[in-house]
Amino acid sequence: MKRIAGILLAVFCFAGIVWADSSLSLTGAGATFPYPMYSKWFSEYHKKDPKIEINYQSIGSGGGIRQVTEGTVDFGASDGPMTDEQLKAYQDKHGFPVLHFPTVLGGVVPTYNIPGVTAELKFTPEALAGIYLGKITKWNDPAITGPNSGVSLPGNEIVVIHRSDGSGTSYIWTDYLSKVSSEWKDKVGKSTSVNWPVGLGGKGNEGVSGLVKQTPNAVGYVELIYAIQNSMPYGSVKNSSGVFIKADLASVTAAAAGAAKNMPADFRVSITDAPGKTAYPISSFTWLLIPSKFPDASKRDAVKGFVKWMLADGQNYTEALSYAKLPKEVVAKELKALNEVR
Amino acid sequence: MSSTTTVVPSAGPVAGSRSFLSRLREGDEIARLITFLFAASVVLITVLLVYELWVSSVLPRHKFGLAFFVTRVWDPVFDNFGALPFIYGTVVTSAVALFIAVPLGIGASIFLAELAPARVSDTLEFFIDLLAAVPSVIYGVLGIFIVVPLMRQFIQPALKNTLGFLPLFKGPAYGIGFLTAGVVLAIMVVPYIISVSREVLLSVPREQREAALALGSTRWESTWKVVVPFARSGILGSIFLALARALGETMAVSMVIGNAPTISASLLSPGDSIASVIANQFTEATGDLYTQSLIELGLVLFLLTFILNGLARILIVTTSQRGSGLGNA
Amino acid sequence: MNPRLRWRKFVSNFMLTMTGCCALIAVSVLFFILGNLVYRGGTSINWNFFTKLPVPVGETGGGMANAIVGSGKLLLLATLFGVPIGFLGAVYLAEFSGNKVAFVVRYAADLLNGAPSIVIGIFAFTLVVHPFKHFSTLAGGVALGIMMIPITLRSTEGFLLGVPRNLREGAMALGASKWKTIVTVIVPAAYRGILTAILLAFARVAGETAPLIFTALGNSYWSHGWNEPTASLPVVIWNYALSAYDDWHRQAWAAGLVLLALILVINILARAILSRGMSVPRA
Repeated sequence: MKRIAGILLAVFCFAGIVWADSSLSLTGAGATFPYPMYSKWFSEYHKKDPKIEINYQSIGSGGGIRQVTEGTVDFGASDGPMTDEQLKAYQDKHGFPVLHFPTVLGGVVPTYNIPGVTAELKFTPEALAGIYLGKITKWNDPAITGPNSGVSLPGNEIVVIHRSDGSGTSYIWTDYLSKVSSEWKDKVGKSTSVNWPVGLGGKGNEGVSGLVKQTPNAVGYVELIYAIQNSMPYGSVKNSSGVFIKADLASVTAAAAGAAKNMPADFRVSITDAPGKTAYPISSFTWLLIPSKFPDASKRDAVKGFVKWMLADGQNYTEALSYAKLPKEVVAKELKALNEVR
Repeated sequence: MSSTTTVVPSAGPVAGSRSFLSRLREGDEIARLITFLFAASVVLITVLLVYELWVSSVLPRHKFGLAFFVTRVWDPVFDNFGALPFIYGTVVTSAVALFIAVPLGIGASIFLAELAPARVSDTLEFFIDLLAAVPSVIYGVLGIFIVVPLMRQFIQPALKNTLGFLPLFKGPAYGIGFLTAGVVLAIMVVPYIISVSREVLLSVPREQREAALALGSTRWESTWKVVVPFARSGILGSIFLALARALGETMAVSMVIGNAPTISASLLSPGDSIASVIANQFTEATGDLYTQSLIELGLVLFLLTFILNGLARILIVTTSQRGSGLGNA
Repeated sequence: MNPRLRWRKFVSNFMLTMTGCCALIAVSVLFFILGNLVYRGGTSINWNFFTKLPVPVGETGGGMANAIVGSGKLLLLATLFGVPIGFLGAVYLAEFSGNKVAFVVRYAADLLNGAPSIVIGIFAFTLVVHPFKHFSTLAGGVALGIMMIPITLRSTEGFLLGVPRNLREGAMALGASKWKTIVTVIVPAAYRGILTAILLAFARVAGETAPLIFTALGNSYWSHGWNEPTASLPVVIWNYALSAYDDWHRQAWAAGLVLLALILVINILARAILSRGMSVPRA
């Protein structure tokens, strides 16, 4: 018994050793979508300045908003902008506002598995909304066959797949559907998690793609990165200018550029169904949520330094990981807004 | 039941005849006090947990009241929340899981305790314990990649062909759904049953077995009719452990249950469970009513556990036998 | 041999074979899972895996050293917190308490056991993270420890009560006080079962992700002491397995394999160390 206690005590002390180190540690938490990108960025930044350790964990956008408001993390991250109530809650609690900084762009693509169909399908907004509302139930419905005249689609029942977990991807998808279909907007609305009229839920992009791959006649939506990295077939979507665009990094960035002109100063904007001939309609920003005041000057400087680097060199790392970079116009606006972090 | 037969008068050697101080010096009273504090802390933690959940779910409780239990809608956009489909899903998947795991687990534990040579039994036991340590996310991913296709392509069609007339097996075979979730849960809870039951069976005194065999029973009869009943409470305890695990499992279930808040008699239908929906939506939930509704779901699960435990206990008491000497369920 | 006896013998052989099948099914599921882990993740296990910090996707040479150490620290805390409460609480229930108190404590433990792990995580968040305004290893240890209590308590109580009366009465007849009887006779007699219970609880919390997300959070670097967020194997597995990148998928499987190997080793060590001087022959 004594022997065990002795061993445990030794292990305890060893594991609990706090050694003095001069590094500055920052903690951030939030969105899962940009997690691979952020982990790359923070790692590169650490190489540039080894004294700064920025630890980012993906606990979900809702978690990010909650934790930055609670003050348990130094900054947050979210795939959807904070609502007015959330901003007010933050302001009331801390006495100063929290600022949004877009970092990268992502897109959401429709993927499908129809036996006998290998061609790339073209989807109109009406088709997508109809399928997800449960009003279009067969693959050979005119709304789908219309733009796909060269493809013979079977009369099978469509199996709709959506996300079961709350996610930024669902937010973008439902935000788009709310814009292009007033029925969707009234009946279902937009959120990280909605009351889906039809369909099965898969957990994560992995779950959705797994289900789509295994279920004949299925349709689902996944992040562009996921589709690219896993070489999944996905369709093109008609944008607001009437052009069928297949999502890729350039068309996603084009969507942000199209929206840049009318962007509000706080960057809280939805860029789905953005104007522009080459814009991919189901695109979105993801944001860092940074307090406008830091009690600790060294932390503030570290954060500001990182954001400056991120907007410049950082953008060069995005393509390798299949994230779309910010358009120049937005970068310029952000650099100006960075001055408000004191 | 048995606690009164094994515990010598618990208030000290002869109640009242020795002063508190002298009892204290002997150490028994201190031991009693210390262990009481620890036991009480368990109750304290549970009460604190329920209290926290209660306090953190004040908004939906006021807004929906008891309607929360019977509403079928879960709509985060229009702020309308109801727990009924999730309660149904939790009960159904746990029932399926126990239906599969209990016979499997008890059977395996009988084999390990009675038939297998000691070395083999111990080695296999190490490995079966490992099943309890596999992270649920791995169960989930393996579930999607292996169990779901198996279900969709072979098992569910076979069930429909043979038993399709039952309402239990109607509807399209997607592969995911209540049945699949139940199967994955069964695998996850079986180690608890095997592990604990095996130990309990091993501690049944040899005389019991020998007496049965001496009276001419076959190996199986002595096991099933004498040893297992003797170990009944311990085995039931292990089933309680398994039930609790099944009720609270989040990750693996959320990946294979289909996540459609439906209530259907068919096991092939997709559904959802309380733990799964909390795990799926809590991290992304924004807005007080939404988050608090999820917490209220947690409270509902507590209530469900409370009721199911109570029902099970009543069942045990009403079918209780004399002569069961091991433990209390 | 009369027909009835023949039938009974047949039933006996049949049922015993069935139990063998049950055991076979259980064990083959495990080996199937292990096999999958090895197949999918085996290639990612190398020296780096155990010694280096994680690197972003696309770079090579990273590892999970901080997650392995982090899991170790968390499990140590959980054991130190949860096992004494469960064990000593069980001693109270088995040896000292009356029926009413015992009923309440058992019911409470069963309730606690059924709580979804994410709810326990939220609870630990309000207890340990919210007041101190930061995530910490301590909070994660508390969350996991709370989860260990019910399994430890219920199973230990069961095994303590299963110790035969004659052992207890023998000790008392020799003049031993109650607590001395417990320490020197009853616990050693039930130790195998108690150890099984503790190791089972340990295995259970070792694979838990949800409670750690809100308490220990995660860390891409080394975590110093007990007050910083820390990486842990289950959380890393969760992040990597649900990502888009094949390399991370492989690492997730490898991490799962390492976690299981760790539990196996601890299992073996615990039984080996504690069995010295405590062996009571099987009934």
